[in-house]
Amino acid sequence: MDVLLDIFGSANFWAAAIRIATPLIFGVLGALICERAGVLNLGIEGIFVAGAMAGWLAVYLGAGLWGGVLVALATGATFGLLHAVLAVILGLSQHVSGIGITLLATSLSYFTYRTALPTVTSPPRIVPFQPVSIPGLSDLPFFGPALFQQTPLTFLALAFVALVAFVLYRTPLGLAIRAVGDNPASVEAQGLSVRGLRIGAVVAGSALMALGGAFLTMSAFDAFFFGMVNGRGWICIALVVFASWQPGKALLGALLFGAFDAFQIRLQAEIGQVVPGQVFLMLPYLLSIVALVLVARRADYPRALLQPWFKGQRH
Amino acid sequence: MTSTDTVLSLEGITKRFGKLTANDHLDLSLRRGEILALLGENGAGKTTLMNILFGHYVQDEGVVRVNGEMLPPGSPGAALKAGIGMVHQHFALAENLSGLDNIRLGTEGLFALGGKAAARKKVEQIIAESGLEVDLDRKVASLTVGEKQRVEILKALYRNVRVLILDEPTAVLTPQEAEGLFTVLRRLAANGLGVIFISHKLGEVLSVSTRILVLRGGRKAGELVTADADRRAIADLMVGKAVAEVKRTAATPAETLLEFSDVHLRRGSTRESLRNVGFALRAGEIVGLAGVSGNGQGGIAALISGLAVPDQGAVLLYGEPITRADPRALVAAGVARMPEDRQHDGVVGTMSVADNIAIEEVRSGAFSRMGLLDRKAMQARATSAIAAYDIRCPGPDAEARLLSGGNVQKLILARVLEREPRVILANQPTRGLDVGAQSEVHRRIIAARDRGAAVLVISEDLDELFALADRFLVVHAGEVSDAGPSDRLDRGAVGLLMAGQAA
Amino acid sequence: MSFRLEARADASIALKLLVSLGAGLAALLLVAIPVLFAGGSPFTAYGLIIQGAFGSMFALSETLNRATPLILTGLAAAVAFRARLWNIGAEGQLYIGALSAVLVGSGLLQMPPMLLIPTVMIAGFVAGGLMMIIPTLLKQRFGADEVVITLLLNFVVILLVQMLVEGPLKDPLSMGWPQSVPLLAEAKFDKLVPRLRMHWGLVVGVAAAILLWVLVRKTVLGFEIKAVGENRAAARFAGIPVDATMLKVALISGGLAGLAGVSEVAGVKGYLSADLSPGFGYSGIVVAMLAGLSPVGTVFAAVFVAAVFVGADSMSRATGISNYLADLVVALSLLCVLIGGFFLRFRIRYERAAAPAAGA
Repeated sequence: MDVLLDIFGSANFWAAAIRIATPLIFGVLGALICERAGVLNLGIEGIFVAGAMAGWLAVYLGAGLWGGVLVALATGATFGLLHAVLAVILGLSQHVSGIGITLLATSLSYFTYRTALPTVTSPPRIVPFQPVSIPGLSDLPFFGPALFQQTPLTFLALAFVALVAFVLYRTPLGLAIRAVGDNPASVEAQGLSVRGLRIGAVVAGSALMALGGAFLTMSAFDAFFFGMVNGRGWICIALVVFASWQPGKALLGALLFGAFDAFQIRLQAEIGQVVPGQVFLMLPYLLSIVALVLVARRADYPRALLQPWFKGQRH
Repeated sequence: MTSTDTVLSLEGITKRFGKLTANDHLDLSLRRGEILALLGENGAGKTTLMNILFGHYVQDEGVVRVNGEMLPPGSPGAALKAGIGMVHQHFALAENLSGLDNIRLGTEGLFALGGKAAARKKVEQIIAESGLEVDLDRKVASLTVGEKQRVEILKALYRNVRVLILDEPTAVLTPQEAEGLFTVLRRLAANGLGVIFISHKLGEVLSVSTRILVLRGGRKAGELVTADADRRAIADLMVGKAVAEVKRTAATPAETLLEFSDVHLRRGSTRESLRNVGFALRAGEIVGLAGVSGNGQGGIAALISGLAVPDQGAVLLYGEPITRADPRALVAAGVARMPEDRQHDGVVGTMSVADNIAIEEVRSGAFSRMGLLDRKAMQARATSAIAAYDIRCPGPDAEARLLSGGNVQKLILARVLEREPRVILANQPTRGLDVGAQSEVHRRIIAARDRGAAVLVISEDLDELFALADRFLVVHAGEVSDAGPSDRLDRGAVGLLMAGQAA
Repeated sequence: MSFRLEARADASIALKLLVSLGAGLAALLLVAIPVLFAGGSPFTAYGLIIQGAFGSMFALSETLNRATPLILTGLAAAVAFRARLWNIGAEGQLYIGALSAVLVGSGLLQMPPMLLIPTVMIAGFVAGGLMMIIPTLLKQRFGADEVVITLLLNFVVILLVQMLVEGPLKDPLSMGWPQSVPLLAEAKFDKLVPRLRMHWGLVVGVAAAILLWVLVRKTVLGFEIKAVGENRAAARFAGIPVDATMLKVALISGGLAGLAGVSEVAGVKGYLSADLSPGFGYSGIVVAMLAGLSPVGTVFAAVFVAAVFVGADSMSRATGISNYLADLVVALSLLCVLIGGFFLRFRIRYERAAAPAAGA
């Protein structure tokens, strides 16, 4: 019991939880925007890799950290546009197209990294984003270090939660996105473009996903490794269902997940001698599966998810 | 015809699909305050014409003018802007949004803020003027069909349309609800709206319209003022030649083959839920099940199709309760099942005609041995079925998706009737079929009855039920009432039962 | 002017060939861009890839050796996708199959090869199949999406294998390397040609392709799989037991992926380790899509993908261009074939706007 108290009582633990949650927040928000518009984006895993690589490489080549963020956004948007062309304009299977995007984005990132840095043996490093201190808040006992000593990208992620929620629920654009994911005919009958909305949503969502990757190389770590994304994208796809496609719940899901992951890392340090480390590493994946299974029955999938739409189509 | 009152005119509209000419130089004009009925059989070209008007299709020839201005073809946005509103048969509503949000959708700048309050005020005013009562804040998913239709009409009125088109609006309403709709439409027309009312039901057209345009085979068959119209004459215009009514002799019901005994089926939706349902189907009779769609027909069909078993009570086939949801067992026992949505549930589009004819019995000895398909037997059966049922297709190997609706239905008839079934479920047997195919299906059903089969016909079309049924059942809110022999019934009595009131 | 899509009645063989060729050509053209970017000549690079894949008996053997697991994972994806069961978990099923082969074949059972090899294969097949039956059941019982679950299970399984080869299954004679105890000699596949690495797993793969072709084309189960995949509602209405059919498909699909794992352990490595597969499970999806889900086509698509990987390795050694080019070729081929498939399903019709009437 003392072990548990020690873990949950430490500000470091909560800071770590939020840090681990950050890329997931970007990823879940991105996947949520795509799916709300009716498009599953399994390109997410590859877009994470591409965002991580492209953002990092831009910084390494001298673009500056925020320049790297912009490069990551643009990279994600580009792969999103490709997915949109395949899945929205051509109406191809969203599953297969998404897997194809993941394979392409991953291989292109690895190839580019190897080609740009052919001679390096150990990964070169950049100076990543540093924690910012917010005057007043960061100095609070416990809450300061736990919540307010994060890097700018974490605060950006939180800002995006609010922004996405605002757009989705408070603007006519959000209304249209929610409608196009439920019944594209309703949007077309009102003179809006089904394709335009869906393409826009997939591009914007994919750009956010890429930021999740960029956080890994530009904030959490300072270098790009092969295999560093390690299923985070897929976990986001599970978390979207868990979050019932709502930004607020997406934040909650990502934070719960981050807390759990931080917890298992600390637990590993405590009892790692008796239990093999892989057991702990498995937990996040198993947790995602359990979460998905538990909510699946009640999940209120966007009704038009996976359904292609052609102009003038009737039921 | 170019009076200042003319809000809409279509001139010389022609649309061809391959060899078929769906609209052949059609002219139409609509004046303010007028309810114009567009009347015609399925396949007469009504829907094509409206899809051109609304920009879903591009015409091959001709122009559309709204208030004298030419409408650019192929642009729903332009049609909307010009003041044309359309209420489709399948509602174009986002079910996860409220009625108000569906009405607002697409009317404000995508990043405009705070339009909701103004929108609510305007919609409430429209409701007050038109009588289209609906709860604006409820999610559309939880509204009744009638309420959804009202949201659709409000959507159009909110955009200040000058022309409102309704495509078969009464298909999903009780006769009483339809009457309510007509009242609203008359009021709207009196305020200056031009209304086009598309229908194939003569009775309602006579009751609501001021002018009637009859279409047949893509051409204008006649145009008349409703007040001077004669029912018989319009019917002849619609059909062209007098269609021989399918002859039906009196039924001679024998033993009970299928019986529902105190059946309860509990489902989330009202489409399938049933309460305390009891009735019997006897050999040699056709029983018609009337009702507004979504009142439990789905549950009855699922039970007879072997897709469900009752939660309480029993469905008895030849006196034995059906205990397992097993379509194959029912098929083997001699139950023929025609699905409600024949394209969706009836055929696998990418499989061949032969495969689709064999699909129910593919595990039986007729088409397989030790797990291996007997392709020869399947081909032979398909070849004979294509001839016997006049299925128009390139051959047994053609994919079923290439068949027209009528030919898909013939395929299904060939599949289920070939085994001389003893019980037949015909669910919406002629929905969407042209007149020729309709009478062919009716003839087959009556022939099966005369052979001694027990038939249950589920239909939304009272005309069809009166043409076929020896006896009527009416379903409302999951409960079935026996309306008695059809020759002692009139439409009004059935209508009251459909609305849930004792006759 | 606007365009409209029209479903094709049927695509001719010639059109199918043309589209496949066009897709391949488009992929090659696209790959030329990164090759140029890396400072190489596309023609040289392609020449080296072809030479590296087929240029010698050794090269051919390496290519076929590499194709063996891809045939099996390709078939695994093909049969599942035919039924619209989205099995993205072949990677995990492959490892579970390999693990079972080691559990059964490393000393637990003592049998002559005639018995032990089939036993090991059955164990791998069944284990892989069960691994796919779990997500299928979760889908049927709870409505949980099988795509995400099979994807996540891949990570779980590989961690499980890591744990076992570093722990209870670790070979005490491996000098600290994380690898399992070796398979008995009686459980191993023979080489097809002495001193070359290709082995009887290739024969297993080709036989599996032929069996699957028979299943798809000739059997009632194949008929039912097609119906369930193409229109679940109509299949259910017609009395085809949809859930049971999906479970059979899951068993076959997962089983084939499991066999791929058996084949790698028994035919190539001789032991289990966590780097047994460089993504054979994921590449299998590409193989199946390139083959248009055809079982026999899968064999050829697997050889193609294997040739790209083997050839790119040798090209990379010669030119210094990263061998990740192979992954890029494979990914681009997949996307091009997908786009090609679109043109097989639809033709594009242009519609002119109606001519305005006189006096407009």
